[in-house]
Amino acid sequence: MERIPILKMGNLLLVTIQVDMHDRLAMTLQDDLTARIVKDHARGVLIDISALDIVDSFIGRMISNTAAMARILDARTVLVGMQPAVAITLVELGLTLHGVQTALNVEKGVQLLQRSLD
Amino acid sequence: MNHNDVEAVVMQIRSDEDVVRLRQAVREQMIAVGFSLIDQTKMITAASELARNTLRYGGGGEAHLMKVDNGRRGLHLAFIDHGPGIADIGQALTDGFTTGGGMGLGLSGAKRLSDEFDISSAPGEGTTVKITKWKPF
Repeated sequence: MERIPILKMGNLLLVTIQVDMHDRLAMTLQDDLTARIVKDHARGVLIDISALDIVDSFIGRMISNTAAMARILDARTVLVGMQPAVAITLVELGLTLHGVQTALNVEKGVQLLQRSLD
Repeated sequence: MNHNDVEAVVMQIRSDEDVVRLRQAVREQMIAVGFSLIDQTKMITAASELARNTLRYGGGGEAHLMKVDNGRRGLHLAFIDHGPGIADIGQALTDGFTTGGGMGLGLSGAKRLSDEFDISSAPGEGTTVKITKWKPF
């Protein structure tokens, strides 16, 4: 079965979404990330969407839900690398990504997580 | 609408993978018409929302992609299903209203992201949603 790889970096998990995800794949990623937070005792999750050309309401909901589940499991989620056109479209779509922290890129996302974990 | 359609593409929407294929086809057509990246992103996102509705609520259906050139250039999309239809279109267009466990942004969001939006539906007769994006002069 098709899966998005999740990398472990110390106490952080990094996901780089590089494919145009169909809905089942997005749900699998949400489940996999939640399981890996527990298994790897992760404190932070970085979701890199710099390669994504669109984020629709389904993917947005998956990201919001993942962040909410991670929070309950004592991990913080930072969404990084959103393209400007995606940000503009998300606002017009009406999606607020409630409860999701963002950073411009992976490096700044790691810094944000490390500061909040200190 | 009286469009001088120069090309029409019909795509089936029967699976999650079909929604991805539709997004790719809409991108190709938007690029062919010469839309900006932001307009491409808006239209592909709107198409993704409507295709998902066709699949989830309409039980599948088809999408028609038509490049339009009648003095103005644009892309016209139609999403057609023969599912249960929508009893209250006004309610369905309200932000946050959903019967499917989603966020309730699909229809209302697609309307905001396109330049023209038209929906026709009746219980038992299915739903057709049409959107158009016009290229700025």
